[in-house]
Amino acid sequence: MVRFIVPLGIFLALTGLFVVGLKNDPTYIPSPLLAQPLPSFTLASLADPNEQVKSTDLGGRPTLLNVWGSWCYNCRVEHDFLMQLTRNGVIDIYGLNWKDPRADAQAWLARYGDPYVASGHDEEGRVAIDFGVYGAPETFLIDGDGTIVYKHIGPLSADIWANDFAPRLAQLTTEAVQ
Amino acid sequence: MSILPELGQIALLIALALAALQGVLPLVGAHRGDPAMMSFARPAALAQFGFVLIAFLILVNAFVSNDFSLQYVANNSNSQLPVQFRVAAVWGAHEGSMLLWILILTVWTSAVALRSHSLPLEMASRVLGVLGLLSVGTLLFTLFTSNPFLRLQPAARDGADLNPLLQDPALIIHPPMLYVGYVGLSVAFAFAIAAMLSGQLDRQWARWTRPWVTAAWVFLTLGISLGSWWAYYELGWGGWWFWDPVENASFMPWLAATALFHSLAVTETRGLFKSWTLLLAIMAFSLSLLGTFLVRSGILVSVHAFASDPARGYFILVFLLLVIGVALALYAWRAPSLDTQAGFQATSRETFLLLNNVLLVIAASLILIGTLYPLFVEALGMGKVSVGKEVFELVFIIPMLPLLLLIGIGMHSSWRTGNLASVLRDYRWLIAASLLVGVVGPLLVFGSNSVLTACGIVAALWVMLASAGAPLKLVRQGKPMTRAAAGMHLAHFGVGLFALGATVVSSFGIEADRSIAAGKPVTAAGYTFELKSLEEGQGPNYAFLQGVIEVTRDGEPVATLFPQKRRYRQQESLMTEAGIDGRISRDVFVALGDALGNDAWSVRLQYKPLIRLIWLGTIVMALGGLLAMSDRRYRVHVKAGAAKRTEEAAVVPAVTVTDSA
Amino acid sequence: MSGWRGGCMVWLALLLVALPAAAIDTERAFEDDAMQARYQKLIAEVRCLTCQNQSIKDSNAPLANDLRAVIRDMMRDGASNDEIYTFLQERYGDFALYKPPFSAKTALLWLSPVILMLIGGFALFRTVAARSQLDIGVDGE
Repeated sequence: MVRFIVPLGIFLALTGLFVVGLKNDPTYIPSPLLAQPLPSFTLASLADPNEQVKSTDLGGRPTLLNVWGSWCYNCRVEHDFLMQLTRNGVIDIYGLNWKDPRADAQAWLARYGDPYVASGHDEEGRVAIDFGVYGAPETFLIDGDGTIVYKHIGPLSADIWANDFAPRLAQLTTEAVQ
Repeated sequence: MSILPELGQIALLIALALAALQGVLPLVGAHRGDPAMMSFARPAALAQFGFVLIAFLILVNAFVSNDFSLQYVANNSNSQLPVQFRVAAVWGAHEGSMLLWILILTVWTSAVALRSHSLPLEMASRVLGVLGLLSVGTLLFTLFTSNPFLRLQPAARDGADLNPLLQDPALIIHPPMLYVGYVGLSVAFAFAIAAMLSGQLDRQWARWTRPWVTAAWVFLTLGISLGSWWAYYELGWGGWWFWDPVENASFMPWLAATALFHSLAVTETRGLFKSWTLLLAIMAFSLSLLGTFLVRSGILVSVHAFASDPARGYFILVFLLLVIGVALALYAWRAPSLDTQAGFQATSRETFLLLNNVLLVIAASLILIGTLYPLFVEALGMGKVSVGKEVFELVFIIPMLPLLLLIGIGMHSSWRTGNLASVLRDYRWLIAASLLVGVVGPLLVFGSNSVLTACGIVAALWVMLASAGAPLKLVRQGKPMTRAAAGMHLAHFGVGLFALGATVVSSFGIEADRSIAAGKPVTAAGYTFELKSLEEGQGPNYAFLQGVIEVTRDGEPVATLFPQKRRYRQQESLMTEAGIDGRISRDVFVALGDALGNDAWSVRLQYKPLIRLIWLGTIVMALGGLLAMSDRRYRVHVKAGAAKRTEEAAVVPAVTVTDSA
Repeated sequence: MSGWRGGCMVWLALLLVALPAAAIDTERAFEDDAMQARYQKLIAEVRCLTCQNQSIKDSNAPLANDLRAVIRDMMRDGASNDEIYTFLQERYGDFALYKPPFSAKTALLWLSPVILMLIGGFALFRTVAARSQLDIGVDGE
């Protein structure tokens, strides 16, 4: 009588599903932009409204694009680490300054230091939407061809860098040499 | 520093030992036929209740006396919290709510222990034994992963306060109510396991089990309804059901329990559908355990989720695997031998009850699929999807509309043989009236109608008229009606009320988001809302901003509403308290949104016709359940030997009078 | 409370972050009734990413506000619902849609009512057909 075993079978399948489910973070939203070319944008530079920051600036070598705002607590948390990356010349970091009045953002950088090659000023948040941003800070790793290789949501730290970014960056660099 | 919490912990350990005793000895005793071992069941159950109660009261005392040396109290209470909310804070978060869960389990167990003297000793022992094992599992879980008596070194000076969303009168009683329902289903589960262990599953078994299922169902119904009522006025959006995972977690066992007591009616009356009834009993309780797992493991994102912890998730998963896995394995082994060779005609009551079961189980399965689908897609590595309200509403109606349409016929059909033609003939005027009102009524009252709305209203009216028709006929003829039959009709009438309210409010409710400022009245749904003033004030542990909004219609005053925005001091969080003018025919609802500058505020204005019928309907359903439970044949005779007589006396009316389901 | 991680009551907590609080829409977006209705329905079906259990219609999160603005602009430019869905999917994935469109990924979800009704109907038919052949005078024990 197979039909009496069916409920047990369904239940065991559900249990398997739960075991997998417990390992996943329910609040993590994967980005459909991975392995895609970065969305093209042209923004006014934060430092100087007459200058522009464009998506094409990011090509030619591996870069980071970091989404930040002066209102964002966790951006302050990761800031010292970003400063360290720039000081050590690890990688060029571009900023996407998100939903921030220019004066606030400039004051914030003046106070805590500016790790960015340049920051695009996205006060309306349209470019952030093209990047699928849903909270700051978010950090994108972009290769020399302008393809998004990796995305991290939440503050960066030395640990996260060593685990998630450094190996990918090393690979990009070797590929570039070959 | 008081040592009471340590005593509480010791009380829980003693309760654990007693639960183990209650879980092992009676089951072994029943297997060996050893009355001495079986006799441990009742005293152990009652003593266990005593010790859990002591632990629970100690925790209540810790909250009331602001003992912030306990981590759990420090995290979930505050010295400024009003005392009634301090008591409710006991079950305001995970650890304490587990203790409440255990307390309720021991209350149900004690009730079974006290009310089971008419059962054969083996059956009573097995039921209590299974309940004891369930208690062992929950106690271990609480002591090892969720101990509410853990100390904080050093003690906090004040507490972090109870989550402000929970600081509400409805939330004092909603969780206990719901838990009484959830945990009550464990009794049906224990009866099912006992039947499978003993191989005794007869009509008498169904009669013993049925009132317990109904009792659990009554509490579950009221618990869910209270939760919906709370969401309506506290979340600020005017919705009464969001298809949130936590709501679904309570709704699935409700659907399964509803199917279960309909199936039990057939098993009790005809001795049929035995294996199906067993499966439903296992399913109802399994779904309530599953709900616990979903809510507390953090596996799903939810509005009301507890602070989650994967370690707890794994523990509950193992517990689930043991309890449900063993039950279903036992089922796979025992159920095939339970077939009975009894028949019924295609349009008899048996068929309608089967149809009811199939549709309810489909509805529960669809909710389960929708709730777990995002997990499923993610587990396959296909990214994330969302399954929202719009999907659930669409899918849920597929089994539910036919069910609603069939209740009215099914409840008047007879056992064994079909009488479809005569039911349709007897009720043709009521059917015609429902059709007429359902199609024309909305056009007259609201000026529009749609196929789906008309179907919903016709079905709802037909259920109500059909439920009222039969009792009225009996009263007119001067014939008596059993309480079981009266309860069934009343509960079905409640279903109709609910369906009418739900259909009308979802079809004709009006919602408008507006900007409001003093001296600039806004109009929505024919009502004019004018902001008279904005007042600031202080509550016991919060500051509030209160709008005074005058509502008029055609120049006539309707009501003055006082929607509030509260900022709770301790957690620095904002809460919305809606202003509602509630009448049976409609609610007018105002919720304050955000400041828009220039003294203007965003407000959500709502007109909700017949929304009260939703909660009224569920209360009527629950009353129907209570009435059916109190039927003569379920009242247990404690006197020795009375059991046999009760059985003989009760079988006769059960077969001859249409009184079940 | 961190600004980036969506939790349950984040729409409240967000106000703690020094972001200027946005608000839900209080003005009509379109003069045309049909367009307004379409807009209302659309924004009720888009999940707010910052606060994961609300639609962008009910959320006062700044991102919800921006997304509403984008959808309004797209509608004004004559975009169809499908184009708007695709726009959101390309940026935020299927997660952003409360009512996922039919696809390989959601086929089982959308077909489940049909499949279950068929299985249920079949089981019911089989049982009733078998039982109606048996003696109706007998009761099981």
